[in-house]
Amino acid sequence: MEPILEIRNVTKRYSNHTAVSDVSITVPKQSIYGLLGPNGAGKTSLIRIINQITAPDSGEILFNGERLNPKHVDFIGYLPEERGLYKKMPVGEQALYLAQLKGLKKAEAKKRLKYWFEKFEMQTWWSKKVDELSKGMQQKVQFIVTILHEPTLLILDEPFSGFDPINAQLIRNEILELRKKGSTVIFSTHNMSSVEELCDHIALMNKSQKILDGSVKDIRKSHKNSIFRISFKGNLVGFTNAMWTSAELLDKGKEDDDVNWAVIKIAQDVKSSSLLQELLPIVEIVSFNEVIPSMNDIFISNVNKENNVVGTASALTE
Amino acid sequence: MGKIGLIIKREIMAKLRSKAFVVMTFLGPLLFAGFIMIMFYATKADKTEQNILVVDETQFFKDKLSGNDYISFTYSSKKLEDALTDLYKSDKSSILYIPNNLIDGAGGATKIFYKKTPGFAVQTYVKSQIEKIVYEYKLKANNIDPDIIHNAKQSVKLIMEKVNENGERAESLSDVASISGFLSGAFMFIFILIYGMMVFRSVMEEKTNRIVEIIISSVKPTQLMLGKILGIAILGILQFVTMSLLTIGLTTILSMTVLKDVQKDFTKFQKQQEQVFKNGATADLDNMDKMQDKLEAFDAIEKVRRLNFLEIGICFLFYFIGGYLFYSSLLAAIGSAVDTEADSQQFMMPIMLPLMAGYLIAVNMMMNPEGNLAIWGSMIPFTSPIVMMARIPNGVPLWQILASLGILYASFFGTVWLAGKIYRTGILMYGKKTSWREISKWIFYK
Repeated sequence: MEPILEIRNVTKRYSNHTAVSDVSITVPKQSIYGLLGPNGAGKTSLIRIINQITAPDSGEILFNGERLNPKHVDFIGYLPEERGLYKKMPVGEQALYLAQLKGLKKAEAKKRLKYWFEKFEMQTWWSKKVDELSKGMQQKVQFIVTILHEPTLLILDEPFSGFDPINAQLIRNEILELRKKGSTVIFSTHNMSSVEELCDHIALMNKSQKILDGSVKDIRKSHKNSIFRISFKGNLVGFTNAMWTSAELLDKGKEDDDVNWAVIKIAQDVKSSSLLQELLPIVEIVSFNEVIPSMNDIFISNVNKENNVVGTASALTE
Repeated sequence: MGKIGLIIKREIMAKLRSKAFVVMTFLGPLLFAGFIMIMFYATKADKTEQNILVVDETQFFKDKLSGNDYISFTYSSKKLEDALTDLYKSDKSSILYIPNNLIDGAGGATKIFYKKTPGFAVQTYVKSQIEKIVYEYKLKANNIDPDIIHNAKQSVKLIMEKVNENGERAESLSDVASISGFLSGAFMFIFILIYGMMVFRSVMEEKTNRIVEIIISSVKPTQLMLGKILGIAILGILQFVTMSLLTIGLTTILSMTVLKDVQKDFTKFQKQQEQVFKNGATADLDNMDKMQDKLEAFDAIEKVRRLNFLEIGICFLFYFIGGYLFYSSLLAAIGSAVDTEADSQQFMMPIMLPLMAGYLIAVNMMMNPEGNLAIWGSMIPFTSPIVMMARIPNGVPLWQILASLGILYASFFGTVWLAGKIYRTGILMYGKKTSWREISKWIFYK
C-alpha cells in the first residue's frame, strides 16, 4: 500500500538557524504515527511544512503519491499546539465557518456538527459565545472542528496538552475510531505513555535531524539489552553468587515480605534459559521476564547519545 | 463563495455583532443633527422680547431709537433711581440709561440695567442704534448731509476667478472652497485612521487568541489578510453611506421643520440677489440692509451649494479606497509582527507620520491652496488621499487626479505584496521581540 505521506530530504532554514535538516520520513496509510523529539527539535516546523503554512527550502513531500499542492489542504486536518478560537463568535457559527474553510459545504457541515455535538453532549453550546465556555469545552470544540471534514490525514501537535484525563481519553478513543474509518493520524507529543498506547510507528527528531524511525515494535526490540527482571523467594546473596559471571546486577528491592526482585543484565554470550537453570536450585522463582525498554527510555537514551550526555535511564546502561 | 468570500463575510459579521459599531453608525448623524439644532437655538435664544425703558438725561433720543421685531423702546421721564426701584413692578425687561454728558461732554458711558441678561445681539443692536443717531447728529451739526455719507459708502464685492491655460475663466469659490477642502481632507484622514486601525486590531486579535494557525492551515495567509482588508473596507463604505444618508435625511427634515424660517429668509435673499442683478441700483435697497448680518452667512451657503459635490463625492470614494488599502495593508503587517498593542508603538510611528503629514499639509493649504507642498503632497501616495481631497474643491485638472490615483493604486499593490510577506511570517512568531531588521528578513522567507 502506498504511504499517505512521503517526506523526502526536506530542509528548512531560517535566518539564524536551521529548523529542519534533510529529513526523510514515510508515513504508512492508516497508521498512527508519532512524531517525537525534545523542544526545538523541528517537529512543529516540519508539521507546518506538511500543512503548507511554510514551504521547504529543499526536498519534496508526496501526499498520496502526488506532490503536495494547495488542493490537499482540504484533506488534511490540523490541530496546532497553540490553538484558540474567536472569543466573541458563537460556537456553532464558528465551527461552520472553519469547516467551510476546509472546503465542506454548509449544509453538510451543519449535519456533521449536529452529530458531533450530540456525541460529545454539547448541544446547548451551539449559540454560546466561545468565551462563555470553559477551557475543556473549548478544546472539545477545537477537536471537532479539526476532524469535521473527515480528513484523510490528521495532524495533531501535542493533542493531550491541556486536556483533563477524561477529555484526553475521549480524544484517544476518537483517534482510534478515525483510524478504523480509514484516516491516518500523525501526532507529535512528549507524552510517552500515549505513544506506547497508540502509535504503531514513530520518528524521533533532535536538533533538526531525524535520528530514529520505524515501527514501535521493531524499535523497542532493537533496543532490547538483555535485561531481565526476576522476582524470587530466597536469599539475595545466594542469588547474586549464582549469577556470577553470567549476569550483572543492576537493581534490587523487596516486593513483599518474603519476595525479592532484581533487575539484571545478562552477559552477551549467555542464554537466558541457561541462567535460569543456574538459578533454579538456589532460589524459588516467582517471575522471570525480559524488560523491553519503554519509549520514554528510548527517547532519552537516543537524544542523550546525540547530545553526548552522560547518565542515562535505568534500563539502558551501556 | 470562494474562501476569501467566507473570510470577508466573517469579518463583516464580527463587527456588526459588536453593539458599539452599530450604535456609532446611528449616533453619529444624530449627534450632528443635534449639533445643528443647538447652533440654531443658540442664535434664536436671543429673540426673547426686550421692552427697554429709556431714561435719557440728554432728552435728545426721544422717539429717535427704532426697535425691531423683538426690541421695543419706551421713553420715561423718571429719574434713574426711581426707574430702577420701579423696574420689577413694571413689565419692562431693562433700563437704558443715557447720561447727559454723552454727546457734548467727555462722552460718558451708556448703561443697560437688566433683570435678566440680554444677549449679545441686543447689546450690539442698542449700541449701534445709539452710535448711528449720534453720528448723524454730529454730521448734521457740521452741515454734512448724512445721506451723502451713506451713499458714498459702497460695499465692494470681490470676486475670485481662476484662469486656465486656454484663457478661460471660471469663478472660484475661494474661502468656502478652502474650508470644504480642509474638511474633506480631515474626513479622509479620520476615515483611513479608523478603518486602518480596525484591520490592525483584527490581525492582533487572531494572533492573541491563537486561532490564526488553524485558519492558515485552510487558506493561504495572503488570502486571510486580503479577506480581512476587503471585509473591513466594505464595512467602512457601508457605514459611511448609512451615516451620509442618515445625515442628509435628518438635515432635510430639520430644514423643513425647525429651520423653516432660515430657509424662508434664504429664499428671500436669493430672490433679492436676482433683482439686483436684473435692475442694478434701482432695486429696493432698504430691504437689503435688514439682511446685513445674515448676508455673509447666506453668501457662504450659496457658495457651498455651488461646490462640485459630485466630483468631491466620487473622488472621496476612490481616494478612500486607495488610501485605506494602502495604509491598512501596512497596518496588517505591523499587527502581525507584534504580540501586544504596547509593542506596536515603535512600528506605528513611521506609518502614522506620513498620514499626519498629509493632514498638516491640508491645514497649511488653507493659507496656500496651490503651493508646491500641496501639489507634491497630492501625488505622493502616503499623503495623496488627504492632500488631493483638500485640493479638489478648488478645481484640479483631470490628468493630475488620474496620475495621482494611478500612483496610489500602483503603490497599494506594492504594499499589499510586501505586507503579505511580513504577515505570513509574523503571525506565527510569538514571544520574540521584533525589530525592523528582523522584519525585513521575513520578506525573503519562503
